[in-house]
Amino acid sequence: MSDLPLSIDDLTVAYQRKPVIWDVELDVAPGSLVAIVGPNGAGKSTLLKACMDLITPASGRVRFFGKRYRDVRHRVAYVPQRESVDWDFPINTVDVVAMGLYRQIGWCRRVRKPHLQAAREALERVGIADLEKRQISQLSGGQQQRTFLARALVQRADLYLMDEPFAAVDAATEKAIVNILSGLKAEGKTAVVIHHDLHTVREYFDQVVLINMRVVAAGAVEEVFTEENLQKTYGGRLTLLDQATEAMRRREKTS
Amino acid sequence: MISSFAQELTRTLLLQDHNTRVVMLATTLLGLAAGAVGSFTLLRRRALMGDALSHAMLPGIGLAFLLAPALGFDGKSLIVLLGGAGVSGAIGTLVILLIRHQTRLQEDAALGIVLSVFFGAGLAILGMVQQASGGHAAGLESFILGKTASITTADAVWIAVSGLVVTIVLAVTYKELKLICFDQGYAAARGYPTLGLDVTLMCMVVLITVVGLQAVGLILMIALLVIPAAAARFWVSGVGQMTLLASLLGAVSCMSGSLISALVPNLPSGATIVLVGAALFFVSFVFGSNRGVWVRTAHRWATQRRTDRHHVLRGIYEILESRSPAIRNGNLTELDLRARELQVTTEELLNVRSWSLQRVLRELRRSRRNGLLEQTADEITLTEHGWAEAQRITREHRLWELYLISHADVAPGRVDRDAERIEHVLEPEMIYQLERLLRQSPGGLKVPGSPHRLATAPLASAPAGRADQRDSHEGAER
Repeated sequence: MSDLPLSIDDLTVAYQRKPVIWDVELDVAPGSLVAIVGPNGAGKSTLLKACMDLITPASGRVRFFGKRYRDVRHRVAYVPQRESVDWDFPINTVDVVAMGLYRQIGWCRRVRKPHLQAAREALERVGIADLEKRQISQLSGGQQQRTFLARALVQRADLYLMDEPFAAVDAATEKAIVNILSGLKAEGKTAVVIHHDLHTVREYFDQVVLINMRVVAAGAVEEVFTEENLQKTYGGRLTLLDQATEAMRRREKTS
Repeated sequence: MISSFAQELTRTLLLQDHNTRVVMLATTLLGLAAGAVGSFTLLRRRALMGDALSHAMLPGIGLAFLLAPALGFDGKSLIVLLGGAGVSGAIGTLVILLIRHQTRLQEDAALGIVLSVFFGAGLAILGMVQQASGGHAAGLESFILGKTASITTADAVWIAVSGLVVTIVLAVTYKELKLICFDQGYAAARGYPTLGLDVTLMCMVVLITVVGLQAVGLILMIALLVIPAAAARFWVSGVGQMTLLASLLGAVSCMSGSLISALVPNLPSGATIVLVGAALFFVSFVFGSNRGVWVRTAHRWATQRRTDRHHVLRGIYEILESRSPAIRNGNLTELDLRARELQVTTEELLNVRSWSLQRVLRELRRSRRNGLLEQTADEITLTEHGWAEAQRITREHRLWELYLISHADVAPGRVDRDAERIEHVLEPEMIYQLERLLRQSPGGLKVPGSPHRLATAPLASAPAGRADQRDSHEGAER
C-alpha cells in the first residue's frame, strides 16, 4: 500500500494565509489515468505544484512510490501549462525535449548524441519528429503542447503529472495525447491530468477527482462522475460560513 | 596641426602607446564578458536588474572612500572602492527582492525605487566627501560616467580575471541557466536550485559591473549588458550562438568605443562605447538575418508577389475555362487553340476578383518579364510555360479547396477564401499528400472543376457548378 505512485494525506496549501486547497486526501493506484476536474481557481494547479514541493504546503504529507518527492524525482515527470513559458525563447524543439534529460545528464556535462537521439524518439512518439529543428516560436499551440509532452516522455518516468495538456489544442493533437495516455496505461504507468473538458472525462480517463478547494469526490469515473457530484463541485463555491466551519473543525483537530 | 593629428591617429590605431594597448585590451575583455552575461540576464528577463544594481553601487564607492582611512586602507585604492561598490550593489539587489516579496508592488516599481534612492544617496555622499576632503576626492565622479584613460595594467588584469571567472561559470552552468531562463517552474520541479542559479547569475552581473565601472561608468553599464545581447537576437536563434555573438558585439563596441574616445579629446569613453553599441544594434535591427526588419519585409514582399502571380494566372485560366468546354472537361487534345479564344482582356481579369487595376497591371508586367504571358495593348495571351503554370496553380488551388470541403468540414461558400490563405505556401510534399488523400493521380494534369461558383462562370452554368461540386466531393471520397 505504501508504494502507490501518489498518495496525498491531509494536504492544505495557503497563499499568504488565504487557503487555496483544504485537507486533500488522495490515493492514486498504479496504471490508472486520473483526471483532476474542477472550476477555475479550485486549486488544481496548486495541488500538483504542492505535490512537487514547488509550493510549501501549510500542512499535510505527500508520498510518491512511498517516498518523498525529492528522493524519487526521476520516476515522476511533469508537464507544465503551456502558457507558463515564453515561446519566443531562442531554442529549437529537440533542445526543449532534451531538457527532460538534464537531470540524467548531470551538472557540467553537455547534451550528447544519444540524448538527442532519445529526444528525437520522444518527438516521434508524439508525432512531430519532422519539427525537431523548428524554432519553438514557429510551432502551433498543439505542437507546443506535444513538445512539452515529449519532454516528459523522454524521461521514462512511471508517473506523469500534467497541467491542462488538452487546453486549446487542435483535434489531431487531442487524439495524439489520448493515444499516448492509453499507451502509458498499457505499460502500467500512471498519469494524473488536470482536465477542463467535462464531456471527454468518461472517454479519456478511468479515475476522476472532483475538486473545489477540497476533494468533493474521487474514485472510478463511472461511480463518481455523477450529475450530483458535478453540481457540488461547480454549483456553489464554499460559502463563507462553510469556510469558517472548516476552520473551526481544523482547529479542533489540531489542538 | 594636421600632421600631428595624423601622427596621433596612427599611434593610436597601431597601439604603439602602451597605455592605449592596456585600455583597449581591458575594455575588449569587458565587452566580451558583459555580452555573455547580458545574454542570460536578457533571457531571464532580468535586464533592468543590472541597471538598478549598478546605480546602487554609488553610495558604496563614497562610503568606502570615507571609511577606508579609518580602517587603515588607502581611500583611493581601487580594490577598496570597488569592494564598497560590490557590497552596496548587493544590498540594493536584496532590497529589491525584499520589496517584491513583502509588498504587493511589482518588480518594476521595486527597481525604480531602489535605483533612484541608492543613486541619490550616492550623489549626496559623494558631495559630502568632496566638501570634506577638499581636492583629495577628485576622480570619484569618473565612476559615474567612466574614464578609460584611468585604467592601469593592474585594472586590466582584474578585468581579465573577472572575465575568465564569468566565462568558466557560464560554461559550467550553461545548460542549467538555459533551463531556468526558459522554464523556471519545470526546472524547480526537476529539483534544480532556481534561487541558487539566479543568485549565481546576479553575482556575475555584480562582478562584471564592478570591473566595468571604470570603463563605462555606472550610469551606462546597463547598455553593455543589454545592447549586445538584444542585437545578437536579431541574427541567431539559439542560446549558445546568441551568447557568443553578444560577446563579439560587446567586444567590438568596447574596442571601437574606447578607440574613438582616445582619439577625440573630451569624449567620455562610456558614451562612445554605448553609441557604437547602439549603431551595431541598429544595423542588427534592420539587417539581422533571423528577425531583422529587412528580412521580414523582404519575405512579406516575396509572398505578396507570389500570391499576386497566382491570382493573375488562375484568373486567366478560369476566364478561359468559362469560355471553352474543352478546358472545362479537361479534354486538352480537343483544346481549341485559336488565338482569339485564348486572349483575355485586362478588364475581364479585373472583374475576376476585387483588386485594383494598378495591382493587376503591375503583376501583368512582372509576369510578362518572366515569360509567363504576352501582352499586346489590352489583350493578354499565356505562353506555353504560362499555361502550364496556370494549370498547375489552379489545380493546386482546387485540390486544396476539395480537401477543405471533404476533410475539414468547411462550408463550400467560404472555401475560396480559406484556400487562398494557405495554398500560396503549399510545398510539393504537401501537394502530394493532398493528391493521395483525394485520390487524384499524382502529378496528373487534370484540373478538377471548381467546387464553388466562379465569378467568371456564365449564369447558365451555375447549376452545373453545383453538380461539379457534388461530383468532385464524391470523387474525393472514392
